[in-house]
Amino acid sequence: MSEVEDDIAIETLILPLDQWHRARGGRMVEFAGYWMPVQYEGIMAEHEWTRSSAGLFDVSHMGQLFVSGEGVEAALEAVLPIDLATLKPFGPRYSMLLDEYGGILDDLMVTRWNSGFYLVVNGATKWDDIAHLRENLPDEVNLMHMEDNALLALQGPKAAEALARVTEGEWPLADLKFMKGGQFKIGGVDAWISRSGYTGEDGFEIAIPAEEAAKVAELICAQPEVKPIGLGARDSLRLEAGLPLYGHDLSPDHSPVDADLLFAVNKRRRSEGGFIGAERVLRDLAQGTPQKRVGLALEGRQAAREGAEVYAGDQKVGVLTSGGFSPTLGHPVAMAYVDQAHCADGTALEVDVRGKRLPARVAPMPFVPHRYYR
Amino acid sequence: MSRYFTQDHEWIDVDGDSATVGITDYAQSQLGDITFVELPAAGTAVKKGDAPCVVDSVKAASDVYSPASGTVTEENAALADEPELVNSDAEGAGWLFRLTLSDAGELDGLMDRAAYDEYVAGL
Repeated sequence: MSEVEDDIAIETLILPLDQWHRARGGRMVEFAGYWMPVQYEGIMAEHEWTRSSAGLFDVSHMGQLFVSGEGVEAALEAVLPIDLATLKPFGPRYSMLLDEYGGILDDLMVTRWNSGFYLVVNGATKWDDIAHLRENLPDEVNLMHMEDNALLALQGPKAAEALARVTEGEWPLADLKFMKGGQFKIGGVDAWISRSGYTGEDGFEIAIPAEEAAKVAELICAQPEVKPIGLGARDSLRLEAGLPLYGHDLSPDHSPVDADLLFAVNKRRRSEGGFIGAERVLRDLAQGTPQKRVGLALEGRQAAREGAEVYAGDQKVGVLTSGGFSPTLGHPVAMAYVDQAHCADGTALEVDVRGKRLPARVAPMPFVPHRYYR
Repeated sequence: MSRYFTQDHEWIDVDGDSATVGITDYAQSQLGDITFVELPAAGTAVKKGDAPCVVDSVKAASDVYSPASGTVTEENAALADEPELVNSDAEGAGWLFRLTLSDAGELDGLMDRAAYDEYVAGL
């Protein structure tokens, strides 16, 4: 009677570059249901290498979806607060999946391809995203999960020169500006490349067939500017860049308004609505929200992390959703949802870490300036 | 002077009733880049198993347990400006705090170097 039970344990899944990471000394941890490298030589060194040269990230856990078919444009606009009329071909744009209450189900990138739309969603949420999209897209619209694709990101000030050396295409890679994309070949392998990323640096995201992923990763990493970088530095880099992380800084408890990501709700949609969750978003927009997501710069060296409470005197005014030591700045930084009355840049606050109050100030994000290629 | 080790990867050097506490080289390698160390002030009374010290790495904050009871006599002041000493020399210049032991008998259950190395090899 007990033989059924053993079958329901959820197994940690293997990504296409698993062996490649292990062979390069990656320390593997479970993340988003997959074994992934958290670090190679060390988070600090990898962070600094990415800021000064170029780092290769494996983000193959993320979901790559393709949505197409009759009426796809209107169907996607019913689900996303995006204005597809202003979305030119081949350039990714940031958007969000919202629930009917305007809560954030995921954040994602949307790119117009010739025959439909290419979506990149977070790894931990992709199965729920697929269910949500399928449920809310009409039957005529096809939703394909591109499970045979891997996804790499090459980020850093030397990413362009390193990648250009191994890339061929109809146009030079240098013609791609920030948030533009195109079809290229890397070592003969078809690659969809967009000039985008999650570190605040210039860089590229590279979609390739999974069976060629090791070959492409090896070729890119053979460039002297490039080292592989793990999830640890990915997190510290995105935090410095002020970029929110789903499941931490973003969740169904927050709307694009209090998350201070109103740019994801394109202008026409703010007046017209007509997307899932619009009622809440338009109301938040008109009436304001009690709190919003802000950056905090902490004094000293002791970091405060997710869950730490924010105080103004004796009054609790917020809670951290991310936090850690900034290798670039040499002091800790954090993101927090804070009461509007205490959100102005420069406002002095305190963060409680195990009963100790650490002085902090509301600081504009990004903490470290973006260096996109525009 | 004798050095003992705990299963939680602290070391303690004992010289009479004086002792120095730190984390092992294995521990620092697992924690990664250390960015801050919270140390107990001189005069703090600690019990064996208390966590008077927290080591912050880029990844996470980790408690350091005292391998024995006693009263803190000194913290490693160099770590305020150079917490990375715990990475570069965990079992030397990266020591954490010194204390006066109140019960030397508490050391009986700790491992010596050979036993600790064997313990780490089995992890």
